[in-house]
Amino acid sequence: MSWRAHGMRAWVLQRFSAAYIAVYVLVILVYLVPNLPMNFLQWREIFAAPVMNIATLLFQIALLAHAWVGIRDIIIDYVHPVPLRLVLMTGMSLLQIILTVWVSMLMFSVVRL
Amino acid sequence: MTTKQRPKHLNLVKIRFPITAIASILHRLSGAMMFFMTPFLIYYFALSLQTPPGFAAAVNWINSGLMRLVMVVLLWSLIHHLLMGIRFLLVDFDIGIELSRARASAIGVTITALLVTLWMVKGLFV
Repeated sequence: MSWRAHGMRAWVLQRFSAAYIAVYVLVILVYLVPNLPMNFLQWREIFAAPVMNIATLLFQIALLAHAWVGIRDIIIDYVHPVPLRLVLMTGMSLLQIILTVWVSMLMFSVVRL
Repeated sequence: MTTKQRPKHLNLVKIRFPITAIASILHRLSGAMMFFMTPFLIYYFALSLQTPPGFAAAVNWINSGLMRLVMVVLLWSLIHHLLMGIRFLLVDFDIGIELSRARASAIGVTITALLVTLWMVKGLFV
């Protein structure tokens, strides 16, 4: 009756990441959209500010966790041959790790310390 | 022992999709669409943050007809996925699991997502 065997960990991960994603997106919609259009420096400053920079990196990490569970569920439901399932899951995980490294490097390159 | 022959067909034209199933499959479809768009969105996000010409290129890209269509679809995906996610969370806690209420909330989410998308598209593009 472990926490892992019941899929409880994936459930919690999916819900908590969803809450963070929702809050981040709502903040972006409420604060950013009314200030459009903006120029390059204004745009860059938003993500250079340390709080927003870290919040954006956390957003990508939340997205990684959330999409990982979702994509895993889709693969389990529709792809039945085990080898193909493993290949797809590995490929999707790699893609998500690459995207997260990419966003981390991007956020690190624009942050104003 | 006789087994009752139950109708078993995976013909998509013959299967009946109740509204709860439609709303649910749209949750999955919208999630998958957003996921597969992330590499492109990150690419243009990076471009827009790095140099002024990159920023101009990203703005141009967003203003192109095709991208506007993609943006509308993504916006709908986000709203439907969020509302449906909240519905699933409530269902996880046994809220609204009676058939009539589950049906009503599925219809409510599907229609609300479409209306909110239209409202936002009107605000952004018109």
